[in-house]
Amino acid sequence: MTGSFRSRNVALAATGALAWTHVVDSSRGSGESLRPPGALPERDFLASCIKCGQCVEACPFETLKLATAEEQRATGVPYFEPRKTPCYMCEDAPCIGACPTDALTPETSIEDARMGLAVLLDQENCLAFQGLRCEVCYRACPLMGKAISLDMRPQERTGKHAFFLPVVDSSYCTGCGKCESACIIQEAAIKVLPLDVAKGELGEHYRFGWTEEARISRDFQAPRKAPDVPAWGEQGLRKVLESMNDLSGIEEP
Amino acid sequence: MIHSTGHRILIARRATQLTILLLFWLGAHRHLDVLTGNLSASHVFRTIPLSDPFAVLQILATGHLVAGSVLLGAAIVLACYFLIGGRAFCAWVCPVNPLADLAAWLRRRFGISGQWNVSRHTRYGVLLLALVVSAITGVAAFECLSPIGMIHRELIFGPGLGLLAIAGIVMLDVYVLKRGWCGSLCPLGAFYALVGRRSPLRVGFDAGRCDHCGDCVVVCPERQVIDFKAMAASGSIDSGECTRCNRCLEVCPRDAYQPTLRFVRGAAKHPEEGEHHATQSAA
Repeated sequence: MTGSFRSRNVALAATGALAWTHVVDSSRGSGESLRPPGALPERDFLASCIKCGQCVEACPFETLKLATAEEQRATGVPYFEPRKTPCYMCEDAPCIGACPTDALTPETSIEDARMGLAVLLDQENCLAFQGLRCEVCYRACPLMGKAISLDMRPQERTGKHAFFLPVVDSSYCTGCGKCESACIIQEAAIKVLPLDVAKGELGEHYRFGWTEEARISRDFQAPRKAPDVPAWGEQGLRKVLESMNDLSGIEEP
Repeated sequence: MIHSTGHRILIARRATQLTILLLFWLGAHRHLDVLTGNLSASHVFRTIPLSDPFAVLQILATGHLVAGSVLLGAAIVLACYFLIGGRAFCAWVCPVNPLADLAAWLRRRFGISGQWNVSRHTRYGVLLLALVVSAITGVAAFECLSPIGMIHRELIFGPGLGLLAIAGIVMLDVYVLKRGWCGSLCPLGAFYALVGRRSPLRVGFDAGRCDHCGDCVVVCPERQVIDFKAMAASGSIDSGECTRCNRCLEVCPRDAYQPTLRFVRGAAKHPEEGEHHATQSAA
């Protein structure tokens, strides 16, 4: 093997590796596909799924599909579109049992699955927000009253009726998409989005006083009620400080 | 004109390829449990797992510890192809094989000659690249582009543009590179060539019967595996790149080729050794 032949091959291989890496990276799809219940986080899921379609075959409702080459999704990987066919949340989750690579985490209880999160995206078209009593998503929800509940608000337009607004609770919603599938308007107002699209993140530094009260030390406890407006002067200031903080132990008696 | 003693093995191969595809299709669409899944991973009667060991290797290369039945499945498949030997997968199971054979037939029929020449060893480079790119990207690199996977999946689970890979492979093989995909590029074929290298079951060769007519070389899709000198010495085709298509066996007018087990051949070594010496002293 001559030197030039070898270096030509190395150059070819390097070019091939670069091109291949680029193609594989862009083949991940838009990241907006809903995965079967129990799926690992998207990156791990795409790595672990062997594209065998056994989950698709196990699904009794033909909810799951394997992406074909022309779709803007990772090819060969299972996904579902709830507006067409939602997940019916089988108790025994046969799709999970069929997965040979554990890309669908075994022994995931179906109610712990997080395929996505239902979001009431379009309040302008949702009938409940027009003051009509629709409630179809609420009644279609397999975890009715938990994953979707109705929030009653006074209806000012008529002055004597109420709004019954559907509210999703992410601690229950599995992302099955029964609501999206059931929504009666032409284009669903409520849609299931992948979790990382649907969810914001509070960040480490935020604390809500009213939920964290028990954890705040006594010295910095908030006053139970607002202090009286003090007369200005040293006495007044002292009164404010006293009412806001317990000064004993900080100040010499 | 090549004399052929029959097409029984060719028909058997086509029947096997078609049956496997049909069983997968029935598994997906008619709830027949003989084979469910596809060539990447499947179950026989919903109990015995099978899986593509090369796909599993790529997943391992991404750094994801593969758990579950897929490892057992890969071990079973590895063991089978080690025993049967060579690239039996390529000639008997892979859905691309009939396409490659069609392309080769078209080339012969219309007298299209080779426009390009790529080393048969390229596939080992592609195999290595597949693992490297899997490690870099964290996605099984060959699996996400594999024309085998796309054709097979879309035949079973419903058609898509992946079926254009059929045209792609045929065009490549007809116009660009003779036996291009299966013979030079496919990393899965390279993988099985390595797995089946030392298998006990081989296409045996009796140098005493051979009259060097060369028909076997003409029909062989992997001509480099027919090395008369080495075959006379060992009594069999020893390259892992042999697809076990058995065309040589069918075409040979003097029945010089027969299936053989290595240890049986060892017992009948004596006359072949004489032949070997004779060849050497003649040379």
